[in-house]
Amino acid sequence: MKIVLCIKQVPDTADIKWTENNTIQREGLESIINPFDTYGLEAALRLKKENTDVEIVSITMGPPQAENVIRASLSLGVDSGFVISDRKFAGADTIATSTTLAGAIKSKISDVDLIICGQFAIDGDTAQTPAMIAQKLGYSQITYVKEILSVSDNKITVKKEVEDGIEIIESDLPCVLSMIKPDYNLSRPLINGFKYAQEAKVPYYSMEDIGLLPDSVGIKGSPTYVSKAFRPEQKQGGEKIKAESSKDAVKIIMENINV
Amino acid sequence: MSENRGILIYAQLSRNSEVVGVVAELASEAQKLSAKLDNEVISAVLLTDGTNIDNIKENLKNSGFDRVYVIKNEKFKEYSTDVYSKTIINLVSEIKPAIMLFGATTQGRDLAPVVAAALNTGLTADCTKLDINEKGQLAATRPTFGGNLMATILCKNYPQMATVRPKVLQVENIQVKDTEFIEKCVGPDCLNSRTKIVEFIQNIQEAGVTLSDADVIVAGGKGVKNEKGFSQLKELAGLLNGVVGATRGAVDMGLADSSMQVGQTGKTVCPKLYIAVGISGAIQHQVGMCGSKKIIAINSDEKAPIFDIADVGIVGDLNLIIPELITELKNRG
Repeated sequence: MKIVLCIKQVPDTADIKWTENNTIQREGLESIINPFDTYGLEAALRLKKENTDVEIVSITMGPPQAENVIRASLSLGVDSGFVISDRKFAGADTIATSTTLAGAIKSKISDVDLIICGQFAIDGDTAQTPAMIAQKLGYSQITYVKEILSVSDNKITVKKEVEDGIEIIESDLPCVLSMIKPDYNLSRPLINGFKYAQEAKVPYYSMEDIGLLPDSVGIKGSPTYVSKAFRPEQKQGGEKIKAESSKDAVKIIMENINV
Repeated sequence: MSENRGILIYAQLSRNSEVVGVVAELASEAQKLSAKLDNEVISAVLLTDGTNIDNIKENLKNSGFDRVYVIKNEKFKEYSTDVYSKTIINLVSEIKPAIMLFGATTQGRDLAPVVAAALNTGLTADCTKLDINEKGQLAATRPTFGGNLMATILCKNYPQMATVRPKVLQVENIQVKDTEFIEKCVGPDCLNSRTKIVEFIQNIQEAGVTLSDADVIVAGGKGVKNEKGFSQLKELAGLLNGVVGATRGAVDMGLADSSMQVGQTGKTVCPKLYIAVGISGAIQHQVGMCGSKKIIAINSDEKAPIFDIADVGIVGDLNLIIPELITELKNRG
């Protein structure tokens, strides 16, 4: 079975600093693998551990340094990977991004059974790209997947988390899964992984390489555009009270919980 | 100039065939948007198997819809991305709304991107504010970059689509109208589903509400330290008709189930009251709860960032305060 893993390099949004002009200071901002993609990566690796015939291909769209996340995935046990990179991809919204990823998958990877993505990317937070990839490739999709339960030749069964509980969902393959945080721990790199990752060839593909036209990618292929970006109003903290005794604390809380 | 007119809202139903709360919020917001668009028509699309239909219709009427497209089929008994998206894509292609809105629920966020991709139009995710700009376009504002930045997004294709975060928009000044219910048939090509819900395991806390629906959340962080501490939070939440939430740290320590996690890699919540107990308030946690109407924080570290956003901050020992608070609430009955 062939699994495509979509991963994204994102800035560490927990470590944002602001310039004097109220824009985000991009310099020195550390890049990490999107945490939700590590959940997808783990799900794929677990399938590979259980089934010897699993092949995992990791792909990313981004600037050349995004190669780092592909190599990181190789060090954990992913078989191969490539980077989709082109200046023409800049400014892509979720429609243009999904067109690009779907185009790359279609042109460069044959006989795909499963595409695994993170539910969200922590920089954009849209949670839309995986569903749009599914639509563009004509695959079924399951979102908010916590765990893959079983896979057979043409079916997959997963645990999906919804507001009021857990749904066990069965889908035909090929299928796109969007993963959320699982209950199990994530793998550590393999002993031979680093060497494999360093020595592996990681190809780069441009827009032309994957057979797309300028009108369908980047800013041109994006129906949405940002008209304004601004720093959110900072919620101001109220009074901070050092409680003399827990009795005082309880009194203050009681006065404030009449909702 | 586009021929697209009107605002269409997805009338999501719960598992018990009730209209979910965010639909009324969207309808109320749509009245404000419509007022800036020469009072364009506000419609709902309802996919139903017929269960509870009278109450559903009454609810939608009271929410102020001009029109409701009712599409009935037993296949709509349970949600399927395939069946629902194909049905909605057909309706949208027929009625050509200028704007289409979904609640940013797990279902809305599953469904809307498939619809948008099929129609090759833009979808703005998880918005917290909607407006109409001077050119008559939908201006959808959303938090991005881990809550560090707000972006107002416009769309050049139609319909202009958005999912909107539940419990953020107010339901106010509803004009109840003489709602027109229009029955539509579902296309036979819409009814095949490649996915199937084989089992549902309900997981709602004792108050009978979910974390996303709760008016009161008592959340614990690493400062709570042990299971006994969390069982006290559970008791406190019970007395306040609320539910328990947790930080990532507490979940990673095994003190709480991951379904209870609030924050960037967990859930986003907007309760009326959020009591943060032993939570330092890392940005990853704040982004999931800073929309709460009132935040009370209890923490022994007076430098904890949670105090920067708390309405009421108590610097003190939670191990003393929580049991006394429970006793006090019990005494008041």
